[in-house]
Amino acid sequence: MANALDPHAAIATTAGGLTDGGLTDGALRTADGRPLVRALARSQSLARRRAFLLVLPLLAFILITFVVPIGQMLQRSFYNDGFSAHMPQLSQWFAGNPRGAEPDEAAWAALAADLQASAEARTIGIVGTRINYDVPGTRSLFTATGRQVRRGIEPPYQAALLEIDEDWGDPALWSAMREASSPLTGNFYLAALDRTRADDGSIQQVEERQQVYVMLFMRTFWLSLVITVITFVLGFPVAHLLATLPMRKSNLLMILVLLPFWTSLLVRTTSWMVLLQQQGVINDILTWLGVIGPDGRLQMIYNQTGTIIAMTHILLPFMILPLYSVMRTINPSYVRAARSLGATSWTAFRRVYFPQTLPGLGAGALLVFILAVGYYITPALVGGSSGQLISNMIAMHMTDTLNWSMAAALAALLLGAVLLLYWVYDRMVGIDNLKLG
Amino acid sequence: MKKTLALTTALGLIALPALADVNLLSWGGAYGNSHLEAYAKPFEAETGIKVTMADADNPATPIKAMVEAGNVTTDVASVEYADAVRLCDEGLLETIDPAILVAAEDGTAAADDFIEGAVTECFVATDVYSMVLAFDDSKFPDAKPATPADFFDLQKFPGKRTMRKGAKFNLELALMADGVPAAEVYEVLGTPEGVDRAFAKLDTIKDDVIWWEAGAQPPQLLADGEVVMAYAFNGRIFSAAQGEGKPFEIIWDGQIYEMEGWVVPKGAANLEDAMKFVAWTTSPAPQARAAEFISYGPPRKSAAALVGNIEGTDQPMGPHLPTTAANMTNALASNLEFWVDRDAELNERFNSWLAS
Repeated sequence: MANALDPHAAIATTAGGLTDGGLTDGALRTADGRPLVRALARSQSLARRRAFLLVLPLLAFILITFVVPIGQMLQRSFYNDGFSAHMPQLSQWFAGNPRGAEPDEAAWAALAADLQASAEARTIGIVGTRINYDVPGTRSLFTATGRQVRRGIEPPYQAALLEIDEDWGDPALWSAMREASSPLTGNFYLAALDRTRADDGSIQQVEERQQVYVMLFMRTFWLSLVITVITFVLGFPVAHLLATLPMRKSNLLMILVLLPFWTSLLVRTTSWMVLLQQQGVINDILTWLGVIGPDGRLQMIYNQTGTIIAMTHILLPFMILPLYSVMRTINPSYVRAARSLGATSWTAFRRVYFPQTLPGLGAGALLVFILAVGYYITPALVGGSSGQLISNMIAMHMTDTLNWSMAAALAALLLGAVLLLYWVYDRMVGIDNLKLG
Repeated sequence: MKKTLALTTALGLIALPALADVNLLSWGGAYGNSHLEAYAKPFEAETGIKVTMADADNPATPIKAMVEAGNVTTDVASVEYADAVRLCDEGLLETIDPAILVAAEDGTAAADDFIEGAVTECFVATDVYSMVLAFDDSKFPDAKPATPADFFDLQKFPGKRTMRKGAKFNLELALMADGVPAAEVYEVLGTPEGVDRAFAKLDTIKDDVIWWEAGAQPPQLLADGEVVMAYAFNGRIFSAAQGEGKPFEIIWDGQIYEMEGWVVPKGAANLEDAMKFVAWTTSPAPQARAAEFISYGPPRKSAAALVGNIEGTDQPMGPHLPTTAANMTNALASNLEFWVDRDAELNERFNSWLAS
């Protein structure tokens, strides 16, 4: 019987029907009379399905451990129902009354009822925390009022609540509650860009002394760029040496490159502290040699210099390894040919050798840059005040202030910026030219 | 009815081996050890209730996750005061009936024996720790720094200092150094002028500060000679001075103290035993015993006199505790409500100030 998967089946018909088969009914057929297109599609879809089954475990693994948690985390950056879920009546009032409407007694009654219910259910802390993000100092207003309201509250509610605390009349507070009454919000992104919403809903910059995130984003990208360039300058000769030395010697050198790569990040960072601090090894040696006086000890750590030195060291293997693997494949006879044709060694390097290393350079630079953008422990330990990066702020919001929505917004912006750079890189260099090894 | 009773008894018997103990979640390290030696072991010996201990980086985090997931495997946990308040406000903790707390030996009611704020709806304090100023004695052979103002005096006491990278504690210290009495610190800090004043004071030493992130850093920086003074947790300085014989001295003037203590997560399986554990371990004698292992003071007034020698030595622990009367003369109780409210705002300003 004719088999759809049997290549001869198709050929048997096409031999005589390439032209007139197409003429009669517009389709080629297999030996058993089915259209060739459909038979091919069927056999290919079978193969595809089998291949899919093979990668299914990996796909499920990535979905469950990577995509879903990260997606859930990022969702917090624009979705926070801390207020709306626990203050339903007031949220409804906001929905029914446009911005600018003065809160009437119905609004105050809704507020009182929600506060009471929320205090009973012990969710008042969540509500207060949500509003506190926008109006600092209001969390205790909610919890303290909740404690009083739980004992009972009598109408008129406006007067009653204002008597408990006159801060309830603050228009900024009502504006923040209106913002929070819808779980979907862009406010965390605004805050992550040092912007805020004024009482009338317009967007404006925060006070200068509160501005920190935009500057840290810029600094993160700038430092990452500097570190990428330094790793290239330092790593290129090393990779070249590794690729051209005889196997035995290059293996030994390779171990020297890889050994720190296998050492714990924390150990390496701490070693830099021992080396670089003012009473550290390097300063001791310089003082002993008389290069610097005992009062002129250099400050090489707890500032940007420290961050750059430690991060460059840690990220260096990520530049050397892709460069090395590309350089190994470059045939030395190309350079020799260039030299024999009269090129100087510089021209031969610049026009023949260097262009061939570009795929490795691209991969290394991309790896180092993206890793550097997300660095956290090293700047935290050796960065002092001027070596802090945006990831330190994300960590602070994750663990100290517990404002996960803010952390998610900062992380999303960072991710977006990196993807944008990746896209630019793809347009300029082409991702196909990337070679990791 | 009889049938149900028989059934539940049978079920109870099956489940008994797993239930008849208290699962305690603590911090590990020297602090966790004090819980094991002063609380878990003696409690087990006295009541026959087995205590199983586990460690976490900060027990508040797993507690939140456990209760939200409905799978509570901890009965009692040690958390910081701030986390206890947050978790309690979010309804993640069982309330603790203050009536279960044991009265002092002289008959003083528990409510009067605990220092102010040590017992809340969901929390009973086990110990008091504090942020203190410390200096390397060998670096100041003549005049010794003795007050927060001295910490900010670069002329009289030159050299680098180290402070915690964050707004909390530093702003209070700056105000105290600027002459604000401890009792008025939070009142002043509550005003915009007060915050400006604190930052202005910090400005005066900004260039000479190394900022620390992990609690282990300040004693290390002092030991390496990187800094001559540190603003750090008293337990860290104490263990470096005591355990490694470093010449570090603590300035108790202007100390800012906070509490840690027990909470019971909502839905704890062994609620009754958990409460027994909380009541027993917060009675004066075990609290005094715990203070012999680590230099955190007991939050009960009557326990102070019961504290003996530093474990393994013949020196009294008393002078090293934040709660000892002599150390409390100009002490500030950290205002948790203030920080829960203003944490984000002041830290943003602090980070902006740091970076500029």
